[in-house]
Amino acid sequence: MQKAIISVIGKDKVGIIFGVTKVLSENSINILDISQTILQDMFTMMMIVDIENSKVDFETISQKLADASKEIGADIRIQLESIFDSMHRI
Amino acid sequence: MINKNELLETMHMIDREHLDIRTITMGISIFDCACSNAEISAQKIYDKICTKAKDLVKTGEAIERELGIPIINKRISVTPISLVAGASNAKSYVLFAKALDRAGKQVGVNFLGGFSALVHKGFTEADRILISSIPEALAQTDIVCSSVNVGNTKAGINMDAVKLMGEIIKGTADLTQSTNGFGCAKLVIFCNSVEDNPFMAGAFHGVGEPDCVINVGVSGPGVVKHALERVKGCDFGVVSETIKKTAFKVTRMGQLVALEASKRLGVPFGIVDLSLAPTPARGDSVAYILEEMGLERCGTHGTTAALALLNDAVKKGGVFASSYVGGLSGAFIPVSEDAGMISAVKCGALSLDKLEAMTCVCSVGLDMIVIPGDTSASTISAIIADEAAIGMINNKTTAVRIIPAPGKKVGDVVEFGGLLGTGPVMEVNSASSEEFISRGGRIPAPIHSLRN
Repeated sequence: MQKAIISVIGKDKVGIIFGVTKVLSENSINILDISQTILQDMFTMMMIVDIENSKVDFETISQKLADASKEIGADIRIQLESIFDSMHRI
Repeated sequence: MINKNELLETMHMIDREHLDIRTITMGISIFDCACSNAEISAQKIYDKICTKAKDLVKTGEAIERELGIPIINKRISVTPISLVAGASNAKSYVLFAKALDRAGKQVGVNFLGGFSALVHKGFTEADRILISSIPEALAQTDIVCSSVNVGNTKAGINMDAVKLMGEIIKGTADLTQSTNGFGCAKLVIFCNSVEDNPFMAGAFHGVGEPDCVINVGVSGPGVVKHALERVKGCDFGVVSETIKKTAFKVTRMGQLVALEASKRLGVPFGIVDLSLAPTPARGDSVAYILEEMGLERCGTHGTTAALALLNDAVKKGGVFASSYVGGLSGAFIPVSEDAGMISAVKCGALSLDKLEAMTCVCSVGLDMIVIPGDTSASTISAIIADEAAIGMINNKTTAVRIIPAPGKKVGDVVEFGGLLGTGPVMEVNSASSEEFISRGGRIPAPIHSLRN
């Protein structure tokens, strides 16, 4: 398993989760956990995914998510989990 | 499992507080490139750098993308050239500098350090040739950096070298007159230089280092400043704790990137350098941290104490976060690269004398300071001697990177651009040090060097 974290921050609207998960399912990326909240009209979602069986490499996924980000109008990014783990866990 | 607050904290640090990895620096030994024929030796150096570092930039960029943290610079340091070129018949080492410049550009790094000599106790013939080649080498290359170690706690200070380096700095400024003496921004004079420093312009690959190694320099003045904003009015115990916790988090990033780069490149991991390195970007300033502690302006009374606390807390927080800590590790105070320092100089709050005091407690020394173009070589040498003395007595690294900008006077401002920033011309003491500097010889090592 290779875990990555997808974060989505933007103005709330219809179809944000759909827009993101569509990219993931098309590329065989499994979602392990989703949490989301709306803070002062801002949609904040954190998604933990497993990219081990992804059909495409990391760079392509981030490119596809960047394209989706423009379409949806929210900031979407994917980062390997290790950056958060190393900063917040000893 | 990472929670949302932690996720947002990390993203906030990167997006709004300028958290970045300042540099991944590959150290490469070029001892095996020595040859009696200088051209062959230079070619071997070029070939070795191009082979060892061919994937450095690409790998750095991939790590940057996957972890989502900016890695600003990818750089190379090599064995001090005087140690390698000495085997050759060359009477000038400019051709070695040009080979380094070509190799660095070929692999896509933005600086390459190691056009260096270690002369703390005396000169070899090669050291003399290298030092006399510095002005031309820095004028004729773009990304090569040079450093000379003129003293250390064990050996004392080589005052002949100190005298010579004043003249070399002037010569370098003259040859790079059209760019306001920019060559001097690539030249560092050290006392107690370290062998695994990843930061430029003073990086070189020390003689005790392996064939190839990865060293990483972290940064993050903006992150520390923002953390301190949240503890306004609290006592210094709280200030110190806050800096330590922040430094820990920042250093963990450095450790992760260093291990990742080392694994992907198949090169051993050397050290993480826990430095707070400012950039000219607004908000990424060491001076602002000091001001956040309660000083109206960096440079006023209290600045040295604030910097001492900062420098110490950064190390204490960082040291637990990395398996190997080294390099210079502490807070840098380069004037032209720090928006807060620049404005403190402009408004008269920060003087060269205060900076000298600050170098007693910061991680390095007088850094990126522009002085009037008509400053004499002996005055520059005397500035170097003072810094070297601070380093020698206090068992710490000190350095001088000073630019006597041709034709510029106090009050003028010199633009270097990019990471090197903007330097207001600072006043130097006008009384002469000529006779002092012309004595020559060596200042003996201090009594506390005898520790055996």
